[in-house]
Amino acid sequence: MSDKASTTGNEAFAVFPEQPPAELVRFLDIGGYKWVGSNHSSTILEQTGVDGDEWSGAIVAAADNPDEAWRFCRELRKRDSPIEPLLVVISGTQLADLQSRSDLFDDFVITPFHPDEVEARIQHLLWQSGRGARPELVIYGPLTLNVETYQAVLENRPLDLTFMEYELLKFLATSPGQVFNRETLLNRVWGYEYFGGARTVDVHVRRLRAKMGQEHASLITTVRGVGYKLGHSRWQAT
Amino acid sequence: MEREQEYVLRAVEERNVTLIRLWFTDVLGQLKSVAISPVELETAFEEGVHFDGSAIDGFSRIQESDVLAKPDPSTFELLPWTEGGTTARMFCDIYHPGGAPFEGDPRHVLRRNLRAAQGDGYTFMVAPELEFFYFADGNPAHKPKLLDSGSYFDLTTSDVASDLRRRTLSVLEAMGIPVEYSFHEDAPSQHEIDLRYTDAMTMADQIMTFRLVVRELAMEQGRFASFMPKPLEGLQGSGMHLHLSMFEGDDNAFHSQGSANPALSDTGRKFLAGLLVHGREITAITNQLVNSYKRLVTGYEAPIWVSWATNNRSALVRVPVTKPDKTTSTRIEFRSPDPSCNPYLAFALILAAGRAGIEGNYELPDEVTQNLFELSTDEAKKLGVQPLPGSLSEALDEMEKSELVFNALGEHIFEWFLRNKRNEWNSYKAHVSQWELERYLPSW
Repeated sequence: MSDKASTTGNEAFAVFPEQPPAELVRFLDIGGYKWVGSNHSSTILEQTGVDGDEWSGAIVAAADNPDEAWRFCRELRKRDSPIEPLLVVISGTQLADLQSRSDLFDDFVITPFHPDEVEARIQHLLWQSGRGARPELVIYGPLTLNVETYQAVLENRPLDLTFMEYELLKFLATSPGQVFNRETLLNRVWGYEYFGGARTVDVHVRRLRAKMGQEHASLITTVRGVGYKLGHSRWQAT
Repeated sequence: MEREQEYVLRAVEERNVTLIRLWFTDVLGQLKSVAISPVELETAFEEGVHFDGSAIDGFSRIQESDVLAKPDPSTFELLPWTEGGTTARMFCDIYHPGGAPFEGDPRHVLRRNLRAAQGDGYTFMVAPELEFFYFADGNPAHKPKLLDSGSYFDLTTSDVASDLRRRTLSVLEAMGIPVEYSFHEDAPSQHEIDLRYTDAMTMADQIMTFRLVVRELAMEQGRFASFMPKPLEGLQGSGMHLHLSMFEGDDNAFHSQGSANPALSDTGRKFLAGLLVHGREITAITNQLVNSYKRLVTGYEAPIWVSWATNNRSALVRVPVTKPDKTTSTRIEFRSPDPSCNPYLAFALILAAGRAGIEGNYELPDEVTQNLFELSTDEAKKLGVQPLPGSLSEALDEMEKSELVFNALGEHIFEWFLRNKRNEWNSYKAHVSQWELERYLPSW
């Protein structure tokens, strides 16, 4: 069991197993989260939280002992007031397991993970459940967009975008892997009042690619004869 | 306050912007700037920034000189090369204090012409090839010194040039100006950067930014970049070939599935015919300096005759052969403009000429395939091709007679430009040059 004084907020997490993988422990401690590790859901359910802070959610490391982990998830979910949201940490080979268990978790992350990604997913989950103290982020790979402050960051470097460039990037990044045609992008991002023509989309995509630099320009791909997409769907192996 | 303006206010705060430059362009195509601090920005959005237009070329009016600059938030960019605090810029539209658009504002002239085309369902797209020279300095007292010839910079020239290239490209890209092909050289010390096509308004803004970036970065290295059309006798001049197309929604209106090689549609042919018919009238704007006409001479791949061809570098308009499946790349290349022009006014007139061709159902003459550089005046007459104006004076005569140019520019700029450029010509005409002294003094 570990208990670390919170430095960033009042989030307290129930964690499986009792001794989580080192990667996860490091993340939780550096992130300043309070947490309690346990192999049994009953231990968790007897407590209402950590140090007076109620459970903000649960993080389940399912890579090493998947059967026990899924059982733990199911038990947390079964309760009248379940501990939510629930993030599972899985290995890449377990992706197929997810489809039959959609009801058992709210989001997942693949180990080994990047701490920033887990952080972003947790904040997003908390925000969705109305508990997030932090702003909503749209994250894809090296790209992070702060929807509240309009900040865009690419590989830890601020990306200076115009408003429409930002809106277009946000729209694409919100549905990674989905292909949008120009007409759709024009209507959804620019709105109907815009009469500059569908080539406006091309111009903005080019400007975005230029600003993202050669290394990341391919984040937005052109689907010939159709339109544009950003990255891959998370269900696709990359 | 609009969301776009709010976004800019936020970005200014987040990025610690300390100075905001409000940019606009005078009638002659020089970039002008009014600087404001972040605290003044909100008011600038709401009310605009007052300034006295009488000091700006082409802005002066008889009765009132006060004008209002309103920043366009969609053009907000940081200037990545500035040091000591973050500086940002926005292009402005200029208004009368009463709120009506100012007739002397080139951006307004282009917008008015683009709106008219949009009314017909067309978006006008432009991609320029910008040529320029790097010189050792910008001192007009002596002939420009090339960077990479002779012994002047023997050891370092290639380093300087390649450093400048790299840095220029990265600054352009950081400012959202995508580059298609970068840099090649025709004459020593001459460079070319091609930009990817955008709508004409964005491109005019980009060209203004481009000229500043290239010059500023050269200055940073203690060098001088020049967009003068013909800085050195005997060497290639600097042009600004423009690749033009019009889109109807998603489709390239210049492309025809049926006709091959070139795959130019009926609309494209009429637009091209319009450029040929009105080509002489718009030359004073696309080539606005006395010096511009020293580029338009035989022997340097610059056009002299008003003609078109699919593959003839001596023609005024070239129709590049494109791959049949790449429908968006069907376009025409207008080869007379040079990089000293005011891009807003040049695009406005090119569009007006092309639209006149479409609306008037102009018929496209046959292409001229022979090498026009070797053409005699008699042969030209037989082919039915006219020469481009041979001097600024001749170009101004053509412009003065043109109803098309008058309507596209509006009375204010039309008259101011003619007056100003007639003065320039008269001053040049009275000048006695070195060439004359060398040629005439010994014998007469």
